[in-house]
Amino acid sequence: MSTAEVAPAPGGGALATGGARRGSVRPWFRLLRSELALVFRRWRNLALLAVLVAIPVILGIALRLSVPHPSGPPGGPGAAFLAQVAGNGVFLAFLVLTIMLTVALPLVMAVVSGDSLAGEANTGTLRYLLAVPAGRARLLSVKYAAIVVFALVSCVTVAVSALIMGVALFPVGPVTLLSGTTVPLSEGLLRLLFVVLYVAAAMATLGAIGLAISSFTEHPIGAIAAIMILAVASEVSDNIPQFAVVQPYLPTHWWLSFDSLLRAPIDTTTLLHGLLSFGVYVVIFGSIAWARFTGADITS
Amino acid sequence: MSTGLEVPAASPADSRARSRRPDAAAAAVTTHGLTKRFRSGQLAVDGLDMVVPCGSVYGFLGPNGSGKTTTIRMLLGLIFPTSGTHELLGTAMPAGAARVLPRVGSLVEGPAFYPQLSGRANLARIDAADATADPRTAQQRVGVALERVGLTAAARKHYRAYSLGMKQRLAIAASLLRPRELIILDEPTNGLDPQGTREVRALIREIATGGVTVLVSSHLLAEVEQICSHVGVMRTGRLVFQGSLEEMRARGAARVRVRTTAPGQARDVLTKLGLADIQAADGEISAQIGEHAPESVCRELVLAGVPVAGFDTPRPNLEDLFVELTGEGFDVDG
Repeated sequence: MSTAEVAPAPGGGALATGGARRGSVRPWFRLLRSELALVFRRWRNLALLAVLVAIPVILGIALRLSVPHPSGPPGGPGAAFLAQVAGNGVFLAFLVLTIMLTVALPLVMAVVSGDSLAGEANTGTLRYLLAVPAGRARLLSVKYAAIVVFALVSCVTVAVSALIMGVALFPVGPVTLLSGTTVPLSEGLLRLLFVVLYVAAAMATLGAIGLAISSFTEHPIGAIAAIMILAVASEVSDNIPQFAVVQPYLPTHWWLSFDSLLRAPIDTTTLLHGLLSFGVYVVIFGSIAWARFTGADITS
Repeated sequence: MSTGLEVPAASPADSRARSRRPDAAAAAVTTHGLTKRFRSGQLAVDGLDMVVPCGSVYGFLGPNGSGKTTTIRMLLGLIFPTSGTHELLGTAMPAGAARVLPRVGSLVEGPAFYPQLSGRANLARIDAADATADPRTAQQRVGVALERVGLTAAARKHYRAYSLGMKQRLAIAASLLRPRELIILDEPTNGLDPQGTREVRALIREIATGGVTVLVSSHLLAEVEQICSHVGVMRTGRLVFQGSLEEMRARGAARVRVRTTAPGQARDVLTKLGLADIQAADGEISAQIGEHAPESVCRELVLAGVPVAGFDTPRPNLEDLFVELTGEGFDVDG
């Protein structure tokens, strides 16, 4: 256009447009930082994380009171996990993650992902971000990155809270896996780390579905409810034998497959199936969100 | 409200604005047959051909619901036109949005910010979204923008505690975070008290003095009349008038009004001169002056022996012209 644009004045340009020449990576991280600050400074989201800390504490205490102490005679029958917890506090983390994967963690992800675009549309800030311009695809990628970070933080929070309770209330030592093999404590903790990453991947997948749903509405509550209904419907269908044919394709089907990590040898086939399922869902719903959001009229 | 405060020193955007100023023919905004039909079937904007000259203050007028906001949303690439094209600062939109929008500041359909954040944090958030803004100067630019709209004292207050006027001013501050070449303000005085309206008007005037093109929409002519150099008038999605304020005034048929004790005699003179639409009222006679010079009409009257007690050529009332263009009353066109 103008000559000034072709050859910007040296030095002067650094003030307002310096970022443009540094490529798009650093500005992307700057926006992500802003997004994370927004997500992690919201009282609602902090309250959700507090709940994620509290549930393992409550479960830990409840279990400590209900299971006989390992020094006593072996207790009655129970879930494999339950007996394991009694023998090793590390297993409390696995048990808590299993329990919280049904409702608590999906609910947290539904709130954060459902709110991500619909919330901005609802307050009207979306139109200001896009007029800046934040860039639609860029904003979408930042939103999803923030959801993935929140998924990871949520799962780590649960695991750490449960681990602390497990160590405090139960004996800790070499970990006996579900397959009966005993591994050193360090390896047990390493396996816990992989379990946390796997569960976070599952939650990030739900986050991708949530982001897509969020791009269709200006009402965050509606998006959150829709995501929750979808997750619960999928979990219920997964338990109805008549749906056996479609069950491997349900978004929640592979969530609990992390127990493969608690066997020796590790059942990598199942794990890879799970991760493949997550990847496919992220690609599909990421594409839906992208197609919708980059072409949508922002009338909010 | 502070005046005379400069946006941080020279930047390419600044020098671009300066280098382009002599180029009077350049347009900051042009649209070609811009049309928007919503999925509901409603034709919100219908074949809009709009030209906002560089350096002008363009009053974008029309009753509520006439398509102003839809047009502005299309200009900024927030909604996509059903047909037609448009350019901002010579760059085709929405394809060139990433390049051109950093040079465009905007306030769209009222302020909207994060209620839980302070005014300062809200501006920082907006600035963080700008891939071309320099993070090192962000704090300084946010401070200057707040200062310009007089919000420095309230910078740390939560947005939700702001009054409507403060919210409106924060939105204007957001459009001033960087040196701009074009500022688009959609109803910036909506909901403000007369004091607030005056402040916003002074701010717009100050912005325009720096050579920035301003597109300001309003449903009230009186609010922008004093600051505009150009106007565009919308009615039911169509641009029914566009041009300079003088051109709009000229549209109204100027009249000559004579106060005299001999109206009959005066009527004869005016008829002989060929003036149209002669109307007589209580010691007064008026007619459309047409192409005649007022002084020659006056001379003819005096030469013909008409006792002229008063003579004037009333300026057409812009408000009347506006109402004539947009129809009586607001919202009549739904």
